[in-house]
Parts: sequence; structure tokens; C-alpha cells
Amino acid sequence: MNKARHNPLNSAAAHGALILYTLIALFPVFVIIINSFKTRKAIFAEPLTPPVGDAFSLIGYQTVMKQGDFFLYFQNSFIVTVVSLFFILLFGAMAAFALSEYRFRGNTLMGLYLALGIMIPIRIGTVAILELMVQTGLINTLLALILVYTAQGLPLAVFILSEFMRQVSDDLKNAGRIDGMSEYAIFFKLVLPLVRPAMATVAVFNMIPIWNDLWFPLILAPGESTKTLTLGSQVFIGQFVTDWNAVLSALSLAILPVLVLYVIFSRQLIRGITSGAVK
Amino acid sequence: MTALALENINKSFGSVDVLKDISLTVEPGEFIVFVGPSGCGKSTLLRTIAGLEDATSGRIEIGGKDVTMTPPAKRGIAMVFQSYALYPHLDVEGNMALGLKQAGEAKAVIAERIQGAAQMLSLEPYLKRRPAELSGGQRQRVAIGRAIVRKPDLFLFDEPLSNLDAALRMATRVEIARLHRELGAAMIYVTHDQTEAMTLADRIVVLRDGRIEQVGSPMALYNDPANQFVAGFLGAPSMNFLAAGQLGASGATLGIRPEHLTVGQTGRIKGRITHVERLGGDTNLLVTTEAGETVTVRLFGQHPHCVDETVALDFDPRHAYAFDAQGLRIRG
Ligand SMILES: Nc1ncnc2c1ncn2[C@@H]1O[C@H](COP(=O)(O)OP(=O)(O)OP(=O)(O)O)[C@@H](O)[C@H]1O
Ligand SMILES: [Mg+2]
Repeated sequence: MNKARHNPLNSAAAHGALILYTLIALFPVFVIIINSFKTRKAIFAEPLTPPVGDAFSLIGYQTVMKQGDFFLYFQNSFIVTVVSLFFILLFGAMAAFALSEYRFRGNTLMGLYLALGIMIPIRIGTVAILELMVQTGLINTLLALILVYTAQGLPLAVFILSEFMRQVSDDLKNAGRIDGMSEYAIFFKLVLPLVRPAMATVAVFNMIPIWNDLWFPLILAPGESTKTLTLGSQVFIGQFVTDWNAVLSALSLAILPVLVLYVIFSRQLIRGITSGAVK
Repeated sequence: MTALALENINKSFGSVDVLKDISLTVEPGEFIVFVGPSGCGKSTLLRTIAGLEDATSGRIEIGGKDVTMTPPAKRGIAMVFQSYALYPHLDVEGNMALGLKQAGEAKAVIAERIQGAAQMLSLEPYLKRRPAELSGGQRQRVAIGRAIVRKPDLFLFDEPLSNLDAALRMATRVEIARLHRELGAAMIYVTHDQTEAMTLADRIVVLRDGRIEQVGSPMALYNDPANQFVAGFLGAPSMNFLAAGQLGASGATLGIRPEHLTVGQTGRIKGRITHVERLGGDTNLLVTTEAGETVTVRLFGQHPHCVDETVALDFDPRHAYAFDAQGLRIRG
């Protein structure tokens, strides 16, 4: 056993640093949440005090609920994020498997082409994407957003996953082939469970930007029925007056679903690390 | 009928030729061992036989049927890998059952075969455990069990014992020999280990740079090597090669096995002992000759020689092998 690792002083210092970092990282979130439960006056007078006594108010949440479609926005955001993540993981893992497992002409070129997508931001192509969506009649549909986010997430997913898939033992895949498993069975039953930590990483990396994106919902799906949460919250931010109660409440609510998704993925991450080894 | 016939197999990865014109026949029930230096293509040849790699050209026959274009699962083979390659998400029973399930065997048949294999390999107490909950030796036995239940015509082993410790390796080696006798199927076995090769094989195939150097029974290869490479590869410690001229022999090189050298006061090879290895049963001497060559001498029993002693070595010409400048054997 490593002595240094069990030195209580070192351990205390490490925990101290981690706790400090956690506090710094969580502070803005904390401020948003406490202020979402306060009256407008209290928010500006004493932004750092907890919502007790006179300062306590649910006015922000009431405004958000009264806006009516807020649950729809929630639902839209959730559908777009979850479906996009599903496609990114499915297609990303499949492409990564093909690139890492099979020798074919143009393999390296294909890998480079996909990696290029990491360096070129998809927003550069916004105008072309918009034209494409108009012509295909996908404007103001959630499908438009899902397609764009899937395309946006694929390059990094392929890049990370193919690196991990190269590390899955060849012997294991070959054992499957000798036992008569199809390539699909080998992919889904043998390889995917072993790269689950990498899949969780990719999911977490992609989830936040999709959930928070304002650009593409504004351009491709600004209609009332397809508004996402981020876009929907913009109604409270005016050029002259901003309804801070409502904005803070909407933001507080928006944290919840991401938190749930994150907990799901991070549990997968830990389970992937601790599940049985190959050898 | 032959268990396996390879006809002029070539295999290249891009511009690299890994296997060059390999032809070999294996009789039913025969135990064949592939040996050769690292990177010579043993695993590639095994994988080509299994159908995991396609040969660039050539024909493969297993059990009398042309299988050159047949997928691995339908070739009637089973393979045991160096890294065991057990399915981590299945228990021991599931690992053994998978291949049979894929082949559409009846449940009763599967259960019976697993029962038989588990009994043969003493795996019965572990049937419900996952691979992660087994020791290395147990995992290797499961991997062998997974091969046995398929009842193949041909077993392929790729360095199956190299991850085990010395004691376990010995026990498993004996077990594999017993399995071979009980099952009666042909086996092809890749190894780096001299002892495994010599003790298990009916015939040894020595490979170098993707070519077969020599095929024959262990003793035939040991006593009658076709060239300098085979002579030097088999036997531990390996054969000494001395310039033939100084000893008045024909050819370019003279090969003498360490156990065929005698130590005395008079002898044709004079030198100084630079190192002594005492193994109890054997004593190995490293001797630097006057000509600057290093020679290994293997003496049976325990001897009081010590470092820096000057000695004279001699040998019986009947036990010396002459090789020409290309390393080919000159038979006298
Ligand atoms: N997929 C591949 N692509 C390119 N070259 C390969 C590939 N697989 C093997 N080789 C090359 O083929 C040669 C033979 O490899 P192989 O694994 O058959 O050697 P080996 O005899 O099994 O060696 P070892 O004893 O170390 O296991 C090596 O030079 C290796 O670099
Ligand atoms: Mg090998």
C-alpha cells in the first residue's frame, strides 16, 4: 500500500481543494436557485441571502407556469436531446466499429474526413442547412434539430469511440466469430458493453451543448409548437425590461432534466469501469 | 481423409508478405505444434486456418472439405486464445453454450455436452460464475471447455499457456495431452515453449519468416535438423556453432549440442570459463574460446568448475553437424 496516499494530511488537503472547487463551480447555480424563490425587490437588494421571510416568493414560478407552453418547451428540449444523443451514440459507435475493425480501401481517408468535422464548427454551414431544411419541408420540426445535432455530435463520437474500440481484445471478437455470432451480435453484445464508459463520456460531452443551444432552435424551429426550453425562456428577456423572477425560475427548472440525464450516464460510467475485465 | 490440408497458402497485409507458399497436411488425431521466432507468422497461419483471415491465395481443406470460402463457425474448428477471450457478460455455462446455441443445437444436447466438458475439466463447481470471478488457470480451462463442447474435427491453440505460471503450465500441459488422447481430434498448437513443443507434438512445424523450414517428429528434428536455423532453434541451451576451419572439419560451420561437449585437460577447443550455472541436476558452463567464440557446455550432475578456469573441450565427430555457408546441412 502506498503510504503517501493514506497520509491524513495529504488526504485532507486533497479534499480541501476538491471541496473548494466544488463550491466555486456550484456557486452561480446556487445563486440562481435561491434568487428564483425571491421577490424582485429582494433579488436586487440582497442577492446572496436565502429566500426567507418577506423575501420569499413564488412569483417567478407562477409566471413561468402561466406562460402555458412551458411544459411543451420542456418536452421539446427533452425529445431533441435524448433522440439526438441516441443517434449520435448508435451511428457513432457503428462507424467507429467499422473504422477500427475492418480493413477496407479508404479506411484512413474516411477516418480523417470524419475527424475534420471536429475542427470545423457546424454553424458555418447554417445558411446551407437552413436552405436544405426549407426545401425538404423540415423547417419548424423537431426532426430538423435532431438531424443537425446528430451531425454535429458524430465526428467527436466517432473519434473517441474508435480509439476505445481498438482496445477491445481481437481475441474476444474472434472467439465470437468462431462461435458463429454475426458481426451485429459481436458489435452489440461484445463490443458495446465494453466501451460503455466511453459512450457515457460522449453522451455527457454532447448533452449540455444540445440542451443549451439557442442558435439552431432560433433559426430552424422558432415556431410555437417546436420551441425548446432555451428559446422559450427568451420571452422573459426583453430589450428594456427583463422579468428576472421568471428567467431565474425557468433556468432553475431547466437544470433538473440535465441533472437526471447526467446521473444516469455517470452511473453507467462507473458501472462500465468496475464490470468484469476481458482477461 | 486428412484433418487439414493446406495448399500453397500465401498471405499478405498490403505489401508485406507474411505467409509464403505454405503447404501442410495433418492426419486425423495428429498433434501438430507450430514453433518459430516471434513475428514469423504462426498466429497468422492459425487465424487463416480458422477463417479469421482470408488467405491471399491457396486452398484450405478441413476434414476433406474445401473450406477456403467458408466462415469460421462452419469450418468444424474450435480455437483457444492466449488471452482466454471469455465473454465477460456470461457465466461459465453461458460461455460454453453460446457456440452451440448459435448453431441451433437442442437444449438437452447443450446441457449434456456442457456437463461432459465440465466433468472432464473439473469445472462443475464454477458453472454459475462469471469469468471475472475465476483464477487464470480456471479461465483457461473454461476456454478449453468452450472449444471441447463444439466437438470440432480440429482444435487450434494459440499459445494457450503463456499467461500461466510455471507450475500451472506444467499441469495444464499434461491435461492437454490427456484431452488429446481422450478426444482423438487433430490439434494444432502454437507455442514459444520448447518443452511444450517437444512433449506434446506428434510432429513439429518450424516456421521462419512465413516459410516452413522443416516438418517432422520432435526427435527427428532434434537429431537430424535440415539446416542451421532448425538446429539452433530446438534444444535448450541451444546448439553451439563454431567456424569449421579451425577444427579441420568440412563446410562453413560446425554445430555441436552443449551436452555433446566434454571437458578435459586435452581437447581441440581451448578456452576460459566465464560463467557457471548450477541447476542441481545439470551444470552449464559458458566458455570463451581462444578464437573468441562463446560456447555453452552442459554437464550432467554437479561439477566443481569455477569461473576463470582454463579448460579444453572436445567432442565426438559423430555428434557434430556440418553446415554450408547458406546454413544448409551437409550430411556426411
Ligand atoms: N493485421 C495485420 N496487419 C499488418 N501486419 C500484420 C497484421 N497481423 C500480423 N501482421 C504481421 O505479420 C507478421 C506475423 O505476425 P504473427 O502475429 O502471425 O506472428 P507470430 O508468429 O504469431 O508472433 P508471436 O510469436 O510474437 O505471437 C508480423 O510481422 C506482423 O507484424
Ligand atoms: Mg502469435
